[in-house]
Amino acid sequence: MTDKNAWSSLEHNRVFISKLTLTDFRCYQHTQLKLGCDHPLVVLTGPNGAGKTNILEALSYMAPGRGLRRSSLTDVARQSGPGSWAAAADLMVGDEMIKVGTGIEPTPGGETAKRLVRVDGENAQNSNVLGERWSVGWLTPQMDRLFIEGPSSRRRFLDRLVLGLFPDHSRQVGAYERVMRERNKLLAEQGNRADGAWLSALEARMAEHGIAAAIARLEFAGQLAGQLDEAEDGPFPKALLAIDGWLEGMLADGTAPVDAELAFRERLKAGRMADGSNSRANVGIHKTDLVVAHAPKNMRADLCSTGEQKALLVALVLANAKLQAALKGRAPLMLMDEVAAHLDIDRRIALFEALASLGSQCWLTGTDKSLFEGLSGKAEFFEVSDGKIQPSGR
Amino acid sequence: MPKSHGSDIDALIQLLAKLPGLGPRSARRSTLQLLKKRDSVMVPLAHALMNVADTVQICEVCSNIDTHNPCHVCEDVRRDRTTICVVEDVSDLWALDRSETFRGQYHVLGGTLSALDGIGPDDLTVDSLIGRVRSGEIDEVILALNATVDGQTTSHYLAEKLEEFDVKVTALAHGVPVGGELDYLDDGTLAAALRARGSVSS
Repeated sequence: MTDKNAWSSLEHNRVFISKLTLTDFRCYQHTQLKLGCDHPLVVLTGPNGAGKTNILEALSYMAPGRGLRRSSLTDVARQSGPGSWAAAADLMVGDEMIKVGTGIEPTPGGETAKRLVRVDGENAQNSNVLGERWSVGWLTPQMDRLFIEGPSSRRRFLDRLVLGLFPDHSRQVGAYERVMRERNKLLAEQGNRADGAWLSALEARMAEHGIAAAIARLEFAGQLAGQLDEAEDGPFPKALLAIDGWLEGMLADGTAPVDAELAFRERLKAGRMADGSNSRANVGIHKTDLVVAHAPKNMRADLCSTGEQKALLVALVLANAKLQAALKGRAPLMLMDEVAAHLDIDRRIALFEALASLGSQCWLTGTDKSLFEGLSGKAEFFEVSDGKIQPSGR
Repeated sequence: MPKSHGSDIDALIQLLAKLPGLGPRSARRSTLQLLKKRDSVMVPLAHALMNVADTVQICEVCSNIDTHNPCHVCEDVRRDRTTICVVEDVSDLWALDRSETFRGQYHVLGGTLSALDGIGPDDLTVDSLIGRVRSGEIDEVILALNATVDGQTTSHYLAEKLEEFDVKVTALAHGVPVGGELDYLDDGTLAAALRARGSVSS
């Protein structure tokens, strides 16, 4: 386990939280949490429903996007509160302290709430600014079903990881989906009477944005595979990674992007009739799947046991954090919700060590303090109960 | 309701407040200024407004808005009759014309294609553009649409529609703005600028 001095001497710009203030956030009316920051691990323990995950959710709002629960902004506000909420943090990147605040203001007219973001006292235009100088990664129990659910959640998982390396990725995917919706609407409403030149203009846009997104996905998957390969044969199984998509496959086989773009456009053109009757496009990056396999067993992740699936997922999330640390010089702030429960004691200890050595702060939750035995003296402990947070030792 | 002024003046304030860039406060200030400068500003303004309101029309050639039909741009004999610059809106035409770098004809589309908003080719002046190109006078069509997803889709659509004619179809370049610093550009713009790089002629 890394001790205090070793942690602060890491080359990475450590990302950590030294103070967190929540106002009308979920179960917290007004709560402040101050951290000593002399250990990389922060452990929150407490009974079910005590509000442990709510703390992690608040921290996940220190990144762009919809937080780790993907809730609507108004659902986050405390019930029987004023309808607004705020999460503010003193966030340290290396030696620099950045004051970050986010939340919503009450919306009287029932209009959709807009997320406000303030960095060092200045209002930011949107939440993208939160992705510029630090990043936040997380693993939640909801993600345990990732390998057995439909491909859309794996695709979202993949795209969020890709975004960590390619900030332009969400714009490309967003533009692709928007143009695709236009084409679907046109085909559904006008069928074969639809203007051919209009369709082909939309298909050209789909191809351009689709290729850009597919290239970013492949590039990322290659980098992540390299990172997974480097990991020693530790307690977490080596994961094999493949992107299963028509366009990505073509590019991976060495087709030049220009030719792939043309082929995609032709395929879309040929599929207009069928796409119109299904009211969706039959081919494209919106159908891509992320295929993960257990390398030592040579077994698809969805066929592995629950515990092995969790171990694979942990391996992926760890590899991604290491990749970001290697490429950007700083590891993400990690939020690991109920991660210890499924793992046996050896893997648990190995996980704690891996997280502690990443470089940035890592928050862990669990119902029972005994899950974290062996961490005493190496982590900050907090006891959460009934919307209150109390330090409970080191 | 305060009774500092009559309802006629109030109606004037309300109307002015509907203009872009004017809120209730600036509308009150403008109204007061008009009232004080009744002879030098207010009456001439009223005349000008009536005059333009009586004569304003959409140009049947290029869909520009003007008091003449065809508009002053289309009538101007000193302008190049072989190039057409296609823009989304009249404000874009004015912006390009202010720059005084383009001396050809214009064509105002009246928007961009958007299936989600229910705007199709029939809602734009696509047919009249094709009619102008078909007449044979035109050598080049410059697509000067906004660099948005819809704008680019529309550019592509027009390029395809114009394929059958013997005209050069070009589009505005995307990239580093004049006087711009690379450090401040977003990734998408930088990528576009790199893709569209050119050789430096000596």
